[in-house]
Amino acid sequence: MNYSVLKGAGYILVHTPDMIIHNGTTQTGERRANPESEYLKKLPEHLRSFEEVVSYPPNQTYIGTLKPEDLNDFEMPWYDKQVEGADRFGKFGEIMPQDEFIGLIKINDVFDLVMLESNFSKEVKKKLEDHPLVKDELVAKLKDGEDISDIQKAINNFAAEAIYHNDKVVGCVKRAHETDPNLNAHVMFENLAVKASGVLAAENLIAKNDINVEDIDYVIECSEEACGDINQRGGGNFAKAIAEMIGAVNATGSDLRAFCAAPTHALIEAAALVQAGVYENVLVAAGGAVAKLGMNGKDHVKKDMPIIEDVLGGFAVLVTKNDGMHPVIRTDLVGRHTVGTGSSPQAVITALITAPLDKGGLKITDVDKYSVEMQNPDITKPAGAGDVPASNYKMIAALGVKRKEMERKDVATFGSKHGMPGWAPTQGHIPSGVPYIGPALEAFKNGEINRAMIVGKGSLFLARMTNQFDGVSVILEKNTGKIETSGSGVSEQEIRTMIAETMKDFAKNLMGE
Amino acid sequence: MDLENQQRVKDLTEKHGAENMVIVIGAAEAEAAGLAAETVTNGDPTFAGPLAGVQLGLRVFHAVEETFKSAVDENVYDDQIGMMEMVLEVDEIIEEMEEIRGEFGKFND
Repeated sequence: MNYSVLKGAGYILVHTPDMIIHNGTTQTGERRANPESEYLKKLPEHLRSFEEVVSYPPNQTYIGTLKPEDLNDFEMPWYDKQVEGADRFGKFGEIMPQDEFIGLIKINDVFDLVMLESNFSKEVKKKLEDHPLVKDELVAKLKDGEDISDIQKAINNFAAEAIYHNDKVVGCVKRAHETDPNLNAHVMFENLAVKASGVLAAENLIAKNDINVEDIDYVIECSEEACGDINQRGGGNFAKAIAEMIGAVNATGSDLRAFCAAPTHALIEAAALVQAGVYENVLVAAGGAVAKLGMNGKDHVKKDMPIIEDVLGGFAVLVTKNDGMHPVIRTDLVGRHTVGTGSSPQAVITALITAPLDKGGLKITDVDKYSVEMQNPDITKPAGAGDVPASNYKMIAALGVKRKEMERKDVATFGSKHGMPGWAPTQGHIPSGVPYIGPALEAFKNGEINRAMIVGKGSLFLARMTNQFDGVSVILEKNTGKIETSGSGVSEQEIRTMIAETMKDFAKNLMGE
Repeated sequence: MDLENQQRVKDLTEKHGAENMVIVIGAAEAEAAGLAAETVTNGDPTFAGPLAGVQLGLRVFHAVEETFKSAVDENVYDDQIGMMEMVLEVDEIIEEMEEIRGEFGKFND
């Protein structure tokens, strides 16, 4: 079988301190219910500076400067640790400050919904001119800006959503329709943030992997927001909007939604489309979720730690036809949580982990690294959700014990050998399996691993359409370097059958003689 | 415990009576299990949901506790929970549950 390959990955974070306060749902909900709350008063004291966000070890891991395993060198908690000499640009991507991102939102706004204050617009334009990946024609979309009085008028009289920077209003997003709830200013703000962060991730992927953007045939966007209007809430689509912005003139695309499991679904579907020959180059991308900023903020403030859910995440990976070099996506070794699987952890882990292994005659320990929900435990542990990757590794190992592939004493150590500490921000789809694709590409290249499994899980019940949980998984494998040339028309199996038939004829002839 | 589940517990208790209710918790952490157990005994400690200030004192057990384990089919238990028993900090969870029951439970039989 000629598998498709993973050619490259791009990862970005955007530091958005003011959006935590004004757009994260934990905070907006609190402001509605209890505007004078202690939490809201204390919150600003717990925000980090851009420099602190850049030097934070898990963030340096996300953009590829540190390897996931390097996090073991930092004692937890990590929020008071720094990476010396940390830079906002890393091997896989970058960490963008809020002001540049607001500029990028304006650049991505093709319906003239974003108003930026004139001084702010000028300053940001200057900063983006120096950005290595934001092209001149995009920077040119930042115009002179507007008077602050006009912006205030739009906010006060026409339901526009304010954009804050350093605690000051620097702009707004206008509603895209007077009465349509799916085009109101709040939704437009969230959707433009998804688009802009998705574009930034794709630009980083393209630049850092020497990809010709015109070669991209198809884009699958797999974040957790929906764009549409009153008659089609999730009509779509972010994928084509992102394709347009990055200059993928030969691409179309579509959005795929499956809560946090969507990126792994998208990866499998991209692999299948390429393997089937429908497209040669498929981009899988996702932007970040503004709503989730500061999601566990109350616990973080209560425990007197900084708000570390202060970044939007984005990622982009490119799936292409077999080049004999990059790791292959084993579409024949896919795990699925089906409707009949059930919801017990045992059933889930069996369906996602051991079922695909069994198909390939593999043992749990035959996979060098499992990438599960790679959520940063610095965020989740103080919020009472534990160390998510660590519990996943224990579950995989415990299943190994039940299958008699491993000893019970191995349960505690399995994670350090076949797993990694979590490093991704709790942006739902962002930590789900895919953060390891970048590090995996490096590890395959350096001969450190031969096989990895990407696992995505999603809580579908949150949408109240089903009580079902969801998940899919897929195995990545070192490329053997052998490429089947298309058009030869004969598979290995067919050759075997031909040889067998020839032998049979030969035997018959011998007997006949 | 989320607000909807609090409402369900409250409604079912009103319908069937507190003495006829048993709550089984499946939380993965002792702290989270304790919070859920506290909610259905002493009331919602976050004072956000329908059980805020409502002291139901219900019987409450975690799925890894012996009381629950011995009440269900051994094979089903092994199938559904056996693996998680290896993963969870069972002793910590049991300690937390016993503490909450001792302090707030009204049906400690």
